[in-house]
Amino acid sequence: MRNSWVIAVREFRRYFISPLAYAAAALSFLVLGLIFSLNVNFGLPTGQMNPDGRMVLGPLATVLLIVSPVLTMRLLAEEQRMGTLELLLTSPVRDWELVVGKWLGSFLFLLLIVAGSWVFPILINQFTEPGIDQGVLVSAYIGMVALVGSLLAIGVFASSLFSSPAAAAVFGFAVSLVLWILGNVGAGLSPLSQAVAYLGLLEHFYNNLYQGILDLSDLIYYASVTALALFLASQVVESRRWR
Amino acid sequence: MIEANQLSKTYGNFTALAGISFAAKQGEILGFLGPNGAGKTTTMRILTGYMPPTSGTAKVAGYDVVEESLEVRRRVGYLPETVPLYPEMSGREYLSFMGSLRRVDDLDVRVEEVLEQVGLEQRGDSLIGNLSKGLRQRVGLAQALLHRPEVLILDEPTIGLDPAQIIEVRDLIRELGRERTVMLSTHILSEAQQVCDRVLIINKGKLVAEDTPANLSAQLAGADRILVRSSAQAADLAALLKGIPGVESVEIARQEGTVEVTSAPGRDLRPTLARRIVEADLDLLELTSAGISLESIFLQLTREEDQVGSQEN
Repeated sequence: MRNSWVIAVREFRRYFISPLAYAAAALSFLVLGLIFSLNVNFGLPTGQMNPDGRMVLGPLATVLLIVSPVLTMRLLAEEQRMGTLELLLTSPVRDWELVVGKWLGSFLFLLLIVAGSWVFPILINQFTEPGIDQGVLVSAYIGMVALVGSLLAIGVFASSLFSSPAAAAVFGFAVSLVLWILGNVGAGLSPLSQAVAYLGLLEHFYNNLYQGILDLSDLIYYASVTALALFLASQVVESRRWR
Repeated sequence: MIEANQLSKTYGNFTALAGISFAAKQGEILGFLGPNGAGKTTTMRILTGYMPPTSGTAKVAGYDVVEESLEVRRRVGYLPETVPLYPEMSGREYLSFMGSLRRVDDLDVRVEEVLEQVGLEQRGDSLIGNLSKGLRQRVGLAQALLHRPEVLILDEPTIGLDPAQIIEVRDLIRELGRERTVMLSTHILSEAQQVCDRVLIINKGKLVAEDTPANLSAQLAGADRILVRSSAQAADLAALLKGIPGVESVEIARQEGTVEVTSAPGRDLRPTLARRIVEADLDLLELTSAGISLESIFLQLTREEDQVGSQEN
């Protein structure tokens, strides 16, 4: 586990010298700020929108769907392309420790963006009476963190498959998007469509955590998706040894 | 320290290694000589725990490379052929990162030590991406030395360096080889002769020769070749030189008017050849010892291999 931490810290620091990471963070806040100001100026006065944290967290989820694969794309793909994977695979680090470290580094960085978005709910809280429901807010943020963990794990898995970061980003985005819309596909009432919907990434977020319903099963769902994606990624890394 | 037993590796239909066995003792510098694609890198990747062999076993520092891969990786320093570096890090950062993965004690002190050892103490804070190829090679070497490994495996450590750097790296390897086991691959014969205690020659995934550099040279010294050109036709010249004692064969070379004389081992026939040509009233235009090239060693050894192979069949 200490190895994972060493790798995570290196990846985390690396984002701060990466123009792409700054661009991704700047874009996230630009979009969030824009939507927020539109909501405050037009949504709230006309009564179309209730003042709460979800004014921010809904758009944030969509932004991070796009940003996550960009942040994870080079984690393993570039090591493969540059030949540095050989260095890591011949150092005393287990394959899963490498994969978990890579994921953790990107997770820590994205947590900063998620934490930064908290500024918007604080603002809403300032100019509404009697303020917003903090419980719902916390629950939605917990859901957001869990969702982000899964998105990044899918991105790490995508990155393990390719030696081209761009290909990893596209594939990671595609997989995330499919899981994203699964809930809509399975919106019917039949048991099968219900089951399909249950597998979707958004069901557990929007239906429960986002609404302030903190259900352990939803958190277990995200933990499972994360663990499965990271497991697959370390299998792919291990399979590189056999080629 | 290194024991390889019938290692083989196939990639799909391609056989990269066809069952090679060898061993290296502590304090020995083992040279691994062969043309590109002979299986040098594959062997090294197996010994460093990067990938398992298709069949056969290997032990490094007493641990099995497949079953106890992590123990092996802790004890091996490895410099791959394409030096694995992160261009956006400085040399010091890179070594600190690798050192913390390898749990090196007193890391900061040790990083300075290895930087000094490879002559990089002045450039330790430059980004690796801005270093010249020779300096990058040294950063890679520093990485391999960082955790004081018992076994050092260096894949073409002098490739891409200028002559002065090559000498420095060779000296460094010799120094390291006093206490550690070093295995290095090269396709430069003179490098193997200068640095190594013992040389393995491999070709097409098979071991074709194994000996000390001195013995190998002696064994192969019979292949001395001399190129001769005179004012006469090549065929006439060949007829003239054939009868000289010590000449084993004379062949007409591709170049016009030139013949290639193969001499018996250990005899320098050049003065005799020159005298004979002048006595025959011909103008001697060129007389060059072609020596033994690595290529001719490979040709010779692989030809022998093929002959043995066809006899067995």
